[in-house]
Amino acid sequence: MPTSVPLGGGRMMAKHGTEPNAPAAGSPVERTYLEAIRDAMAEEMERDPNVFLLGEDIGAFGGAFKVTDGLHARFGDSRVIDTPISEAGIVGAAAGAAHMGMRPIVELQFIDFISCAYDMLTNYVATARYRAFLPCPMVVRGPSGGYVRGGPFHSQNPEAAFLHTPGLKIVYPATAADAKGLMKAAIRDEDCVLFFEHKYLYRRIKEIMPVGDHVVPIGKARVAREGTDVSIVTYAATVWRALEAAEQLAAEDGISVEVIDLRSLLPLDDDAIVATVRKTNKLLIVHEDTRTGGIAGEITARVNETCFEWLDAPILRVTAADVPLPYSPPLEDYVLPQTSDIVRAVRRLAAY
Amino acid sequence: MARAVKTPTRSKAVRGTTVRPSDALSREQRLALYRYMRLTRTLEERLVALYRQTKVVGGLFRSLGQEADAVGSAFALEQRDVLSPLIRNLGAMLVKGATPLEVLRQYMAKGNSPTRGRELNIHFGDTDTRNFIGQISHLGDMVPVMAGVTLSFKLRGEDRVGLVYIGDGATSTGAFHEGINFAAVQRCPLVVIVENNGYAYSTPTHKQTAAKQFIDKAIGYGIVGVQADGNDVLAVYDVTREAVDRARRGEGVTLVELMTYRRKGHAEHDNQSYQPVDEIERWAEANDPIDRYMRVLRAEQGVTDEEFAAIHAEIAQTIESATDAAEASPMPEPTDALVGVYADPPIIPPLWFRESVRSAVDANERAAGWGTYDG
Repeated sequence: MPTSVPLGGGRMMAKHGTEPNAPAAGSPVERTYLEAIRDAMAEEMERDPNVFLLGEDIGAFGGAFKVTDGLHARFGDSRVIDTPISEAGIVGAAAGAAHMGMRPIVELQFIDFISCAYDMLTNYVATARYRAFLPCPMVVRGPSGGYVRGGPFHSQNPEAAFLHTPGLKIVYPATAADAKGLMKAAIRDEDCVLFFEHKYLYRRIKEIMPVGDHVVPIGKARVAREGTDVSIVTYAATVWRALEAAEQLAAEDGISVEVIDLRSLLPLDDDAIVATVRKTNKLLIVHEDTRTGGIAGEITARVNETCFEWLDAPILRVTAADVPLPYSPPLEDYVLPQTSDIVRAVRRLAAY
Repeated sequence: MARAVKTPTRSKAVRGTTVRPSDALSREQRLALYRYMRLTRTLEERLVALYRQTKVVGGLFRSLGQEADAVGSAFALEQRDVLSPLIRNLGAMLVKGATPLEVLRQYMAKGNSPTRGRELNIHFGDTDTRNFIGQISHLGDMVPVMAGVTLSFKLRGEDRVGLVYIGDGATSTGAFHEGINFAAVQRCPLVVIVENNGYAYSTPTHKQTAAKQFIDKAIGYGIVGVQADGNDVLAVYDVTREAVDRARRGEGVTLVELMTYRRKGHAEHDNQSYQPVDEIERWAEANDPIDRYMRVLRAEQGVTDEEFAAIHAEIAQTIESATDAAEASPMPEPTDALVGVYADPPIIPPLWFRESVRSAVDANERAAGWGTYDG
């Protein structure tokens, strides 16, 4: 019975050997996932005076999770703006400022509240360039995801709701280096980027950061672990569960698992997905989001269209069950994907 | 009918010169008000102890110093009336019949909590008999919901009213505006209480609104706006009772602003670094709603130390036995997570990869035919 939270122990170190921009020479700095996001925003605010922050309690208080801690003291009232509780207003105001050449970064106190700005994001922001030639270079970021006993309104993964909206980009990093590099790319992007941050990873992930101006391109996946027998395509917190499962499967079964960390969900890195399918011929897609209408369905369809003949087994999914995320630990652990689920699914694929 | 915004109710100025609704309260009812306020505070103190023992699974939200606004307002309702509490309204829920055992089980994520472990803290309700509705975290959302609840009373000709609480921060949401405007246009029998406790998480009221006071917003909606001292339980009762009576008479929505102060952080983990220490101390020393009401009860009702002690002893005993029962309550079964998403089907099928549902896997999937469909 999957009742434990496998990642609850120590910190994990990300492996970045397969990344194009590996750490260069210089004094290495260790940063948490959360600090990496803060660093990226601070560096971009230094680099570009048009970058500014909007959000609830993000000023002197530093935000509910302290992601913006210290930025108000450093950049002042005019660039770190505390707002009323008005998600639609904040996102709409960011769009207007972005039209005028500013580069706003909106913090949603929890990503669950993005639903309050759904109209602005989908009707206004996402269509602005296409219908009116209005640029919307803005970032909407916020703490996302479960495994934290947050209940139905502080644990959501609403990425699929926006995956279906042309005009938006979506990133969801799993490592601190990617959190920093994708944030910098998102700020510099000419369109609106939804930047999902996994709150379970905020302080549990700590790693040596690449030095210099570390930018991770949007739309490029990462090989988090090389393997030859079965591929797992995933993103965010479940990257770590997939890696944990891969370790267990290598040790107990001798199964070689390749783990692809998508990093960007919109656009999807089709090349990386096709490459891993052609390599292992067996695909498991893992996401923390609920099953029906989740991104796994889209990936399955693309693999079917582009490299069906390379498959030696049906594509499988390990996802959350189709229920609102409950609060009580036995319920939350039951609903969310656990390492044991991934192990089971990979064994099934390997034996097929 | 009054359309203008009234001046703030000053209980001392009013007392003795006007007939107040609270004048009709019996001594027993006045002691009940006290008991609910004290029960709220003592129950929250027990929750803090359990939180520190990590027996509370999620966050803990206090209403210290705001007990009068929750209790006094809910006390103005009849049982048939529907109340929609917010996160600082434990006291209002207790008045409506929520029990300490329910609250403790809910915070401890027990399987027999009112939401069966699905929801946290005081996010629960009962629309069968006690008539209060569970909130969600998205602020402002309950205002349009309560517009609809009270619209149904109007449409069916039922003699019932609704009361919805909202914080100073949540008045900034679109849902608040749309809901209160809808209710005003429809002349729904609804009382909207804005609890102005000075802070929305870390954000002070002056960063939430440029209006001088929240009752000023009533003018824009074409409804009555009244303000009262939220730490004077009888003043709260009076102003709410008058609003409830207006709603019952078919005179529509009232916006009630209750002036109070949040003496604890947004949640228990919040260190309140943004609140001046002397400000918190000043409210605690000079304007604690329970201390104030005890003085009133002693002076005006002759309540003795022995009577207070008896109430305190009864509350202690209630909370002690509720804590024992809550701690002894089981956690939910994991597969309970699949129950209740829809009326039909009442349970959704388990996903095949779950170890704990092997029989269900066998029922839903045949290993030999896995990956194919042959009918």
